[in-house]
Amino acid sequence: MTVMGHLAAGALGIETLGMTMRFGGFTALDRVSIRVAPGSFHALLGENGAGKSTLVKCMMGFYHATEGQMLVDGREARVPDPRAAHALGLGMVYQHFTLVPSLTAAENLVISRKDAPRIIDWRSENAALEAFMAQMPFAVPLDQPVRALSAGEKQKLEILKQLYLGRRFLILDEPTSVLTPDEADEVLGHVKALCREGRITVLMITHKFREVTAYADEVTVLRRGRLAGTGRVAELSHADMARMMMGDAELAQPAPRAGEAGPAVLSVEGVRARDRSGLKEIVIDALEVRAGEIVGIAGISGNGQMELMEILTGQRPAEAGTIRVKQTPYHARREEARVKCVRYLPEEPLHNACAAKMSVTENIAFRTFDMNGSGTRFWLSGREMKARAADLVAAFRVKTASLDAPMASLSGGNVQRAVLARELTGDVDLLVISNPCFGLDFTAVAEIRARIMAARNGGAAVLLMSEDLDEIMELSDRVLVMSEGRIAYARAVAEADLAEIGHHMGGHA
Amino acid sequence: MAMTTPPITGARDILSPDGWLAALARRSEAVVIPFCALLAGLAAFSLFLLMQGKSPADFYSIVYMGGFGSSFSWQNTLSRTAPLLLAALCVALPARLGLVVIGGEGAIVLGGVACGAVAGLLIGVPGVLGIPLMAAAGALAGAVWIGAVGALRHYRGVNETIASLLLAYIAIALMNHLVEGPLRDPASLNKPSTAPLAEQLRVGDLPGWNVHWGLIAGIVACIAAWVLIERTTWGFAARIAGGNVRAAQVQGLPVGRLIIGFTALGGAFAGLAGVFEVAAVHGSANASLAGGYGYTGILIAFLARHNPLAIIPVAILLAGFEASSGLIQRRMDLPDATVLVLQGFVFVAILCSETLYGRFRLFAPERWRTA
Repeated sequence: MTVMGHLAAGALGIETLGMTMRFGGFTALDRVSIRVAPGSFHALLGENGAGKSTLVKCMMGFYHATEGQMLVDGREARVPDPRAAHALGLGMVYQHFTLVPSLTAAENLVISRKDAPRIIDWRSENAALEAFMAQMPFAVPLDQPVRALSAGEKQKLEILKQLYLGRRFLILDEPTSVLTPDEADEVLGHVKALCREGRITVLMITHKFREVTAYADEVTVLRRGRLAGTGRVAELSHADMARMMMGDAELAQPAPRAGEAGPAVLSVEGVRARDRSGLKEIVIDALEVRAGEIVGIAGISGNGQMELMEILTGQRPAEAGTIRVKQTPYHARREEARVKCVRYLPEEPLHNACAAKMSVTENIAFRTFDMNGSGTRFWLSGREMKARAADLVAAFRVKTASLDAPMASLSGGNVQRAVLARELTGDVDLLVISNPCFGLDFTAVAEIRARIMAARNGGAAVLLMSEDLDEIMELSDRVLVMSEGRIAYARAVAEADLAEIGHHMGGHA
Repeated sequence: MAMTTPPITGARDILSPDGWLAALARRSEAVVIPFCALLAGLAAFSLFLLMQGKSPADFYSIVYMGGFGSSFSWQNTLSRTAPLLLAALCVALPARLGLVVIGGEGAIVLGGVACGAVAGLLIGVPGVLGIPLMAAAGALAGAVWIGAVGALRHYRGVNETIASLLLAYIAIALMNHLVEGPLRDPASLNKPSTAPLAEQLRVGDLPGWNVHWGLIAGIVACIAAWVLIERTTWGFAARIAGGNVRAAQVQGLPVGRLIIGFTALGGAFAGLAGVFEVAAVHGSANASLAGGYGYTGILIAFLARHNPLAIIPVAILLAGFEASSGLIQRRMDLPDATVLVLQGFVFVAILCSETLYGRFRLFAPERWRTA
């Protein structure tokens, strides 16, 4: 069978020589030469817009490099399109899944094959799949529909699919961004083992230093389309890598904590609601956030954090219980949020807090367009909207080509900056945040965390839901863990124990 | 990638994403793409004509003559424009909230019936009082009908496209029941109708024209709808909800009220179209109300990108096509449904063109320098 034949051939080494990609006058990639040795696990680091994606798209044949060559196993290779890359044994795993949710894992594997027959003989295919899986260091249930698999299993299946298709050089584009830390460790551990066995070579795009140190053999750093540095991971510290990535730019330091916690601003009592599936219940017996403190809610995604956010923003009706802000009942109506100075930063801001096709000016006006001083207005003021947007874009250093550009044309970090500009201006007494730094590069992360801390120091009560435990531990005064729709654990951050938090996150309390 | 581009040129740069050329480019996408789609639809329809051995050149010159070639054809076109303007608003207003409502025909029909029914109660009432009452009744009927579509959508999650279409069939059945039953004028023998409107309740023509006042009402309605959407906070809130309903909810905007309000307003405009059909054209409510204006309105709204001001020229163009259908029938020996085929071709082209938005760098100044 062809699949086995490819596997026997083992890991591929790839080299780029002076790879350059110009789009008109803009050079996205400037003479980048990297060498990925066969069987190695190579990390590709860089900020958003550093040229990582451009480089791998050139390698995969999505782009045609303006200049430069690629060597596959020491021989010059021409890759006019992704199909040619696949034929050479190159494959890519994307940040988001490319599986068909309603089909089983086995069906997904078989239909992904270029030579999948018109009429599939499942008996022989299943036998072949079993033989294939027996050679793999990890397995996923083949007979389940993909939608029933966890995120970690889906990502493992994506990697298995590449191996099944006979790929010997895998490009992983932020493969762990949708995984929990445990799932990420498991998936990357397996990938590392495959490299060590010499079956595949891996080039992984990532933002996470921890993953680089734990799994990669070598690292290449890009900055503004140029090669900023490369080396063996064992010989580099996080500080070295940060310096390569950032150049001389300074990272915003998280503001030091200041001030004591004041009276309770948000109190949630006995709230019950259905979860998204409608099958499970969200139960929040008591949750209190006081002025001048950050309460962090840790937990694996899908344990009710999203529903809690929806209850607090009024998107999901509570069947029982009360939510109070500053001692009076709160229903998340626009007037209430305005009077009580409640602000929200939902996760994935472009998806949940912006209208992608509306302009930056309009998006920045979402919270204030109907305010005229302290009253409300009927007629829109385009001039005031524009002036306000210009001020806020400057104050929060939002990089945009124009105030009239659609929100969707901004990078992820700048979308989040624009939303922060909108929500953190004026008096803030309660700030409810969900995964504020997801998918952002670390200049943006540092800046956004500093702004959250500044809001806390300014006396705001902050409720921070995050899947990033490091973020929770860095920012919170108190840490809670949410598991199966309930708050399973609560401690002041100084007394919190990571192992214990991990147990509660996993639901083994 | 755009974000890392260093500023190459100075402030007075013609390609600046803040300049007048950029503003023009951003706006022109919504004009150029529908216009090209219209041309593509007309070109495809030409092939259809050629297959039947007819000359497209003859066809389009007859359309021009029949719709726009003389003052008589202009008056014919403009008379048909009035209901199309109002019917298109019934699609365009909900569309700004992201709803595809295609059942304006139902609101037109019920608006006409309500007008005919109220007119029966207004014996001896002067026109200054009677006509506004009839208009209010028709607008209310349309508002309730399409507002119900919005309410079903908001409270029960019923797909508004299907609901409005099916409700249009119910509305037509309801009209047939009423004009053949309780509201029938015994004197109407061949074509069951409500009693003819009293002379003082008829809406007359514009001075010196053979075009009724509905045209002015339709144009005023389009301008008012544009002002509502583009210049008021309600319209802005609706655009947020249409752009991303989750963002609108997080901002605490009353999404349900906006949905019901905008669908009801669209329905009111369509109901008004029915009122003018009865009070200015037919003189009584009957099956002629279901003349397909509601469906042509869908095409107009899509061609106009749901911009109420753009509806005005597009409605005139489509009214011209319809006005010429009689001439086409006589001169080219084609069935009068040919104009419907033409509309179908244009509509398919418009729907296909929806995938082209955001694809052209020409219309996105922030990408001018990057690629």
